[in-house]
Amino acid sequence: MDRKVVVPGDLLSEDAKRSGEGTYIRNGSVYSLLYGLANFRDKINVIPLAGKYVPGPGDNVIGVVKDITFSNWIVDINSPYDGLLHISEYPKRIESDDMSKHLRIGSSIMTRVKDVDPTMKVELTLNDRKLGQIKAGQVIEISHTRVPRLIGKGGSMISMLKKELNCNIFVGQNGRIWIHGGAEDMDLALKTITLIEREAHTNGLTDRVVSFLKTEKGARS
Amino acid sequence: MIVMDETDITFFKDGLRLDGRRADQLRPVKIEVGVLARADGSCYIEMGGNKVIAAVYGPREVHPRHLQEVSRAIVRYRYNMASFSVEERKRPGPDRRSYELSKVSREALEPVILTSFFPRSVIDVFVEVLQADAGTRTAGINAAAVALADAGIPMKSMISSCAAGKVADTIVLDPMKEEDNFGQADLPIAMTPNGDITLIQMDGGLTTDEFHRAVEMAMKGARDIYEIQRQALLNKYCQLTEPGHVEAVVQ
Repeated sequence: MDRKVVVPGDLLSEDAKRSGEGTYIRNGSVYSLLYGLANFRDKINVIPLAGKYVPGPGDNVIGVVKDITFSNWIVDINSPYDGLLHISEYPKRIESDDMSKHLRIGSSIMTRVKDVDPTMKVELTLNDRKLGQIKAGQVIEISHTRVPRLIGKGGSMISMLKKELNCNIFVGQNGRIWIHGGAEDMDLALKTITLIEREAHTNGLTDRVVSFLKTEKGARS
Repeated sequence: MIVMDETDITFFKDGLRLDGRRADQLRPVKIEVGVLARADGSCYIEMGGNKVIAAVYGPREVHPRHLQEVSRAIVRYRYNMASFSVEERKRPGPDRRSYELSKVSREALEPVILTSFFPRSVIDVFVEVLQADAGTRTAGINAAAVALADAGIPMKSMISSCAAGKVADTIVLDPMKEEDNFGQADLPIAMTPNGDITLIQMDGGLTTDEFHRAVEMAMKGARDIYEIQRQALLNKYCQLTEPGHVEAVVQ
């Protein structure tokens, strides 16, 4: 499999069946829609280098409550579109008047996109044991285009990080990442994630991260 | 202000133009990508004496709200000349000319932007002319197209823009200030690399035959500029790869 940097409008293939994400078809040929890295597998996908997060159903995201209405919390999810968390999606039954007792303006939540309609109304939910308000640890922000690299193929990178860093990590598809652990571990986690963000578009990243962790840990003890 | 009569200026010396170019030659073009930290995408371009900076923000929430479109993103383009960009101080702020250029430039870029991907949002493009030397709209469009790509906005293709003109009864590519001010015609175009024209304007007079030759010449210029735009984007990527010392070619 090979990869190539492409700009919008570059011809990628003459076989329309190979059109994947970030591409479009014109006259039976596949062209790039984005400035980014093209992956030539069965399907050709173009991964952008930049861009805004657009929510999709099932995405785990980290949001900050920015307003409260009669029955919804309006949540900033680092996207052009705000998320709506309805009162009924809170794990406990609560009254409309008590909403601000549970989640106040400024509260950070780990949440999931339940549904997105064609007008980009984004419905969120907290109904899962993994989800909920963030009360400890820290949240860092990276570009959402780097998230797939942070997770790795089949979650290989993230599970390695969790184990090696001795931290609890929640990755939001919107590029916000929650880490919780000892002070030193969190520092190292921060450094590692910054490294991954900076070098997300290079090869052999997992190996480099492993050796980076090894030297950092060696320096500590 | 230099006052000159059209007749007492010689545009050609030994078959070369005032700045030593051939009739079908572009001025030197320099493009830098990602020059602004706050913008989602940005680009700085020098086309001869033109110095233009473009910034792209978005897609983001639309303010004021009534401009919002339910099914697609709107595109806003602001062309602005700095007061110090021309010899005699330009009164700052939008004027008739900049409104027009904003409109035609926006319409030059909009056809390639996939606005349907981002309903209810806006893509803001700001183009600031720091130094003007004829052909600022073409420089602005070139910079804006690169900045849009840099911002990760999906586009069907890039847009490249170039002008042709007529001076001393000769068709010339990319007129500079003297040729624009005292020439007989100016014809800026913008197009996709495969030749679909998204902007064409004309100032002055050309015969049908001259018009076709001028369009042909401007299109060739735009194709050359496209290669420079493309290279600028690829270069930015290569700089990014340096910290890891790994070329991203084969996995």
